[in-house]
Amino acid sequence: MRNLFAFLAGGLFGAGLFISGMTDTAKVQGWLDIFGAWDPTLAFVMGGAIIPMAIAWQLARRRSTPVLGGTFPPPAPMRLDTRLAVGSVMFGMGWGLAGLCPGPSVASLSYGGVEHWVFFAAMIGGMLAAPPVLARLTRPAQAA
Amino acid sequence: MEQDWIWGLIGGLLIGSGGAVYLLANGRIMGASGILGGLVDGSGKSNWVERVAFLAGVFLLPVALLPLYGAVDTHITSNWWVLVAAGLLVGLGTRIANGCTSGHGVCGISRLSLRGLAATGFYIFAGGATVLLFRHVWGII
Repeated sequence: MRNLFAFLAGGLFGAGLFISGMTDTAKVQGWLDIFGAWDPTLAFVMGGAIIPMAIAWQLARRRSTPVLGGTFPPPAPMRLDTRLAVGSVMFGMGWGLAGLCPGPSVASLSYGGVEHWVFFAAMIGGMLAAPPVLARLTRPAQAA
Repeated sequence: MEQDWIWGLIGGLLIGSGGAVYLLANGRIMGASGILGGLVDGSGKSNWVERVAFLAGVFLLPVALLPLYGAVDTHITSNWWVLVAAGLLVGLGTRIANGCTSGHGVCGISRLSLRGLAATGFYIFAGGATVLLFRHVWGII
């Protein structure tokens, strides 16, 4: 049952990305391009997505457990750290370069052509590299 | 073209509904980089079927919708150097920051998470600066 609902959630996510045009790299780069031909679409997508999600967080507060059991995620930590900043800046650079982020990358694999698979493969490579990179970065801090 | 924002809004509502289902039914935050990254580095081994099921939905629904649209041009660059550099940065960056546009953006902002808001500020600023430099200054993308 959990897997069925995960598939349903992923399907809504994938359909939304497709319909909204967020797998079109020109629309994403167009939104980031405030000094060029600015495309406002992404703001509507983000705004539209936040509405049902904000309602869902409110509903979650009234329940003790999720419908299919288990536990809700813990409250978001209030702590900002270098890791969050550095990682987000790296992600933003890649996002701007290609106009793709992880969700749309998966959603566009079936029709985007070989370039989308190249990006996807490189993204997997980056994800594989993350644990050793993080281990190296945090080791001196722990020793100090 | 002038209807793009309407489709953006409808698509956004679907994206948020997906996140709502994943939270209320499965008790999980819908973050694409976390769901995929947990499979890639093995940290999500305990619920790997749920992750694969989610990603299968993301992959397959556009396949089902594609016939309604005919061909879709994603306007992606054909420069493989840019694609590889961008992919590496997105993969590494989202794992270091523990989230991307869906996890930090959609799911974080909607619960007024300070980390989600900060991460979104950082990646939008970095993305904007990157497009400015690589498009208008250096003319690469």
